[in-house]
Amino acid sequence: MNKNIMIVGVGGQGSLLASRILGYAALEKGYDVKVSEVHGMSQRGGSVVTYVKYGDKIHSPIIDKGEADAILSFELLEAARWLPYLRKGGTIITAEQRIKPMPVITGAKVYPDQIIEKIRAKNVTLISADTLSIARQGGNEKASNVALIGLATQALGFDAENIRQAIIACVPAKALKANLAAFEIAYNSAAAL
Amino acid sequence: MKELMLGNKAVARGLYEAGVRLVSSYPGTPSTEITEYAAEYDEIYAEWAPNEKVALEVALGAAVGGGRAFCAMKHVGLNVAADPLFISAYTGVNAGLVIGVADDPGMHSSQNEQDSRHYAIAAKLPMLEPSDSSECLEFVKIAYDLSEEFDTTFILRTSTRIAHSQSIVTTNPRIEHPIRDYKKDPSKYVMMPSNARGRHVVVEERLKALTDYAEKSPLNRIERGRDNKLGVIVAGTTYNYAKECFGDSVSYLKLGIVNPLPPKLLADFAASVERVIVIEELDDIIESYCKKIGLKVEGKNLLPNIGEFSAELIAERVLGKKTEAISLDDEIPVRPPVLCPGCPHRGTFSVLKKLRLIVSGDIGCYTLGAAPPLSTMDTTFCMGASVSALHGFNKIRNEANKTVAVIGDSTFMHSGITGLLNITYNKGNATVVIVDNSITGMTGHQQNPSTGYTLKGEPAPLISTEKICAAAGVDPAHIRVADPYDMDALEQVLREELAFDGPSVVIARRPCALLKYVKREPALTVDPEKCKSCRACMSIGCPSISFIDNKAVIDPSLCVGCRMCASKCRFDAIN
Repeated sequence: MNKNIMIVGVGGQGSLLASRILGYAALEKGYDVKVSEVHGMSQRGGSVVTYVKYGDKIHSPIIDKGEADAILSFELLEAARWLPYLRKGGTIITAEQRIKPMPVITGAKVYPDQIIEKIRAKNVTLISADTLSIARQGGNEKASNVALIGLATQALGFDAENIRQAIIACVPAKALKANLAAFEIAYNSAAAL
Repeated sequence: MKELMLGNKAVARGLYEAGVRLVSSYPGTPSTEITEYAAEYDEIYAEWAPNEKVALEVALGAAVGGGRAFCAMKHVGLNVAADPLFISAYTGVNAGLVIGVADDPGMHSSQNEQDSRHYAIAAKLPMLEPSDSSECLEFVKIAYDLSEEFDTTFILRTSTRIAHSQSIVTTNPRIEHPIRDYKKDPSKYVMMPSNARGRHVVVEERLKALTDYAEKSPLNRIERGRDNKLGVIVAGTTYNYAKECFGDSVSYLKLGIVNPLPPKLLADFAASVERVIVIEELDDIIESYCKKIGLKVEGKNLLPNIGEFSAELIAERVLGKKTEAISLDDEIPVRPPVLCPGCPHRGTFSVLKKLRLIVSGDIGCYTLGAAPPLSTMDTTFCMGASVSALHGFNKIRNEANKTVAVIGDSTFMHSGITGLLNITYNKGNATVVIVDNSITGMTGHQQNPSTGYTLKGEPAPLISTEKICAAAGVDPAHIRVADPYDMDALEQVLREELAFDGPSVVIARRPCALLKYVKREPALTVDPEKCKSCRACMSIGCPSISFIDNKAVIDPSLCVGCRMCASKCRFDAIN
């Protein structure tokens, strides 16, 4: 069994932390793990993607088109952009946030409408939530990345406790309370779906 | 102990375990974190040098002085450090010296896609290439032992996907290596013609000995496949992609030593399979070598010499496999990187755009000033080139009142100072704008000589940019400081200095908006009653402002309250 998870979003949204939490959780379950990150220029508001792969033996650190079991997306347009990487029968877990890229802001391009409905129309399972307000309820808007993980935990086949321990290991102490709170709210909301 | 570790962190761990005493580097994606993680070990003295040439010379001095030393850089950093690199092949080392160089195929964060293996060949230095974090750690330790055994600098080549991927490593304790004796030996360390002639002989003999070592080294290994129809020659990242693509069905010659290459091992491997494909990113270095020694191999006839590889690419080009993918019918707009909300560079570029200047640009976050809607950069060559190239441009075109150089504080320290000296010494007429955000931004907030702190976070002498410019010959009356958030004041200062016939420096100073000590102000809002839809606020290219129903709207999750848009609004609609 090999699992391929992509985490996509806009540079600065916290995809590095999210990938580290999932990587840590997979390692704790005894899997071979590879996590591929993006640093540098794309982190300045560009489209960013990180890969988390785990299983018996992982070779390539990156995920190719049609190979992702799940895509976690911090932003709707990014979910649409990386959709070709999802395998048939895969799941998208996405935040409902929309961040306009510069070509849309300048009016050169149009931000597509109805992205959630259009992805579902492709026979893709899609889970979505307003992770920003979940994080705000938990005490810190910046924890929306961990809220997304909470939303995805069940779909990815992780135990809540496994992820909780990974959050404790990866999140700096002063931000831990808000992150754990965001995780719990999101996890419970996904369970209620 | 087993843990998940970033390739760069694993290199740093290898340095620790190998008993390395000194690390000197200049930051550059994707190499930066090696030095940051190395600095976390008390046993290692680690520093940011102002540039890669200085860093490598520091490391070479330390190795000759008897302590194991290291220097990290990105591929273009090796261009800057090429001078000491080549000479270190002649002098050899005393204690081990390893250079970590990180290539960036696909140009995730670089201005070109150069293949550092050419340097190893040209400088006649051995080069190792790991495939994952575990090999990063192990290869570093082996490199130090070999560096001392063969008395030579070693190069450790990684690429973005090795440097920035995490995989599992097993850590071990540090092994201390006492500082070696230093013996005066001018015939080895003073590279003047009479001595260097003798050392060149040593270099050639050493390369032969290293080739013999490469033939039998465990760093080069063969993995036999199920049959002998296809054999692939791989190194670094391509081993992982090939494994993912072919599994155990083909034979692998995995090269951990990419220079010098082992002719006999390559020939034996080629003879053991019906067809051989060399899978290498960027240039055809292994393939050309195989052909030079008479082997029949394929490579770049199938695979590109541009961009990154993947298992998918190899499957498509070698096996003819096509991937089926789901996609939406809509056009998905690209999302290029942009200056962050609140970025002080935005104020500088807005003014430069308004003044319609020709802008000689440089390398850093501010290179993003080239992107629409600011589109305010005419050239970007390499570190420091903004200042020196502007001098040449102005000497030819004689319109210095319409041109500026834009360079960051760290890049100015790296290689802008010499360009400024050239302007003053040669009676040039140029205006240099130093966008001083008090940190090395793009690589993720590294200290530099103008920030007042060392890599280890200790207070350091604060080197004054103003005083350096004055010492370089710029009249202090024409070294001006302005706040880029106050665009009117900056514009006034720039107009005055552009009108001045002689060298001038304008320091646009305000700390990076992402620095922890910079307070984020509450998000601004637009009063739709007052908004006249004039789009003046849009001209600054802030990602938090957009137009909805023909009125400006600010995204509160992005806005940091810098007020630059508000200062553009003539109707007081933004507050």
